[in-house]
Amino acid sequence: MAGWLPIADIAAKVQAGELKAIDLVAQSLQAIADKAEYSAIIATTEARARERAAEIDKRVASGEKVGRLAGVPFIAKDNFLVFGAETTAASNILKGFTAPYQATAIERLEAEGAICVAKANLDAFAHGSSTENSDFMVTKNPHDKTKVPGGSSGGSAAAVILELAPFALGTDTGGSIRLPASFCGAVGYKPTYGLISRSGVVAMASSTDVIGPLTRTVGDAALIIDVLSGQDELDSTTIPRDKTSYTDLTVELKGKKIGVVKEYMTEGLDTAVREQIEAAIEKMKAAGAEVTEVSLPTLPAALAVYYIICPAEVSSNLSRYDGQRYGFSAPNVQTVDESYHQSRSLGFGKEAKRRIMIGTYVLSSGYYDAYYKKAQTVRTKLIKEFEFAFENLDFLVGPTAPSTAFAIGANVDDPLQMYLTDIMTVAANLAGIPAISIPAGVSEGLPVGLQLMAPQRADRELLSVANATEELLG
Amino acid sequence: MADLSRDDVLKLARLARLSLSDDEVAEFSSELTAILHYVEQLQDVEVDGLKPTNQVTGLTNVMREDEVHDYGYAAKDLLKNVPATEDDLIKVKRMIG
Repeated sequence: MAGWLPIADIAAKVQAGELKAIDLVAQSLQAIADKAEYSAIIATTEARARERAAEIDKRVASGEKVGRLAGVPFIAKDNFLVFGAETTAASNILKGFTAPYQATAIERLEAEGAICVAKANLDAFAHGSSTENSDFMVTKNPHDKTKVPGGSSGGSAAAVILELAPFALGTDTGGSIRLPASFCGAVGYKPTYGLISRSGVVAMASSTDVIGPLTRTVGDAALIIDVLSGQDELDSTTIPRDKTSYTDLTVELKGKKIGVVKEYMTEGLDTAVREQIEAAIEKMKAAGAEVTEVSLPTLPAALAVYYIICPAEVSSNLSRYDGQRYGFSAPNVQTVDESYHQSRSLGFGKEAKRRIMIGTYVLSSGYYDAYYKKAQTVRTKLIKEFEFAFENLDFLVGPTAPSTAFAIGANVDDPLQMYLTDIMTVAANLAGIPAISIPAGVSEGLPVGLQLMAPQRADRELLSVANATEELLG
Repeated sequence: MADLSRDDVLKLARLARLSLSDDEVAEFSSELTAILHYVEQLQDVEVDGLKPTNQVTGLTNVMREDEVHDYGYAAKDLLKNVPATEDDLIKVKRMIG
């Protein structure tokens, strides 16, 4: 099967009648069936996808202008509500839940003619860095089936590299788009906090949750960001978008001041990853970027901040799964309290329980100040260090992860070791700044990801320099 | 500072409405202790004069008019995922006594 064209080209050809949406959907569904051994997909949305494709082809035939994503198939992480489709967040407690409405993100993509063909696997409730915490199955890395795809958007990243669809949606709470992008060799974009509405997406940690695309190129990511961005009355945390299109990637790399983050280039970094990242930075210098080293002294504490704030918000957000209103409800119980206990204990997997327990602890009376409030205050310190760095720098650069994809099973018995995988991604979430992972070479056949970060709301500038850097790295 | 005993774990589980097996209690008591020890590095971070951050983009009190918006959802469709209903109401088990 030939690879997908750039997304804008697919849409243009559908609009021109040179490609049929129905054939593109068929191609995507066939690829999903052919690559089932990678377990990237939980379920297809075949019936609705074929119906929508036929309707789009009909609209094209009648001379109607369909939109910028006309007939483009895509895959949504299974924590996005897609109308009429089962939405499980890869958890047993939501198995059988059928979305009665849909996410604003899905609405906006559909309004431009895109077609959701399937729901991708994830760590249950997006809790994880390897997609091994899915209650249903373990997704395999497209480059080596014995390796993890990263997580939690591992199904989405694998799907894009396996060419199951031109793009996929993910969510990023502490690195869950960028890490799998790095491990699978995709482009993963985490926007400024609030740029894209999260209405209709299963909440994890609300003060850091963002949604974004996984694509094969920065240009494709920019188009999807442009369609998704903007305020939504259904998500009161949304911020106004840039008036210029995010597809206007004219900001140049030449002359840009870029800081190499010292704390990310330490001994903990895999040697092969370091070599690739240093080589990429040299190319950026040669292209005219002014590169210096920068230190953010509080960065090493970011992961500890994250693993207090995230479980605290998780324990709060997951309290809604009580077995009464939707989701799994334990049979043969006598009282409502017994129903809560049984439904949650049987319905939640181990990682969800672990995070609920930590969150309950750090929020409980007597510990709140020492843990949660302290973490939120260190978060302020970290934000101030980012602001200080961005007074003199346009962007920050470093690796996305300390290593390439690890073996399936390597970290499952050591949750703390698994958490350390996120060490280079969580700070952007805590500060609400945009960040992107782009492919920067391979080490022993496995992709390395380069991470670029920018100040809040500088999404277009970040996409521009990422696009220029992608060209340099070829 | 925080070594979680079996009783601590059981108390937390009760607060979180979780029933844990004996194996889970043992496992969580060592895993959660390790995680809490890791995050305790924050106690050494100097934060004098800084306030906690709860919202990163500076938004406060986003308001809208208090009026009904019709999104076209029928109550019966929204009730389809409810485990037990009676006359379009959510039915739960006995709450008192």
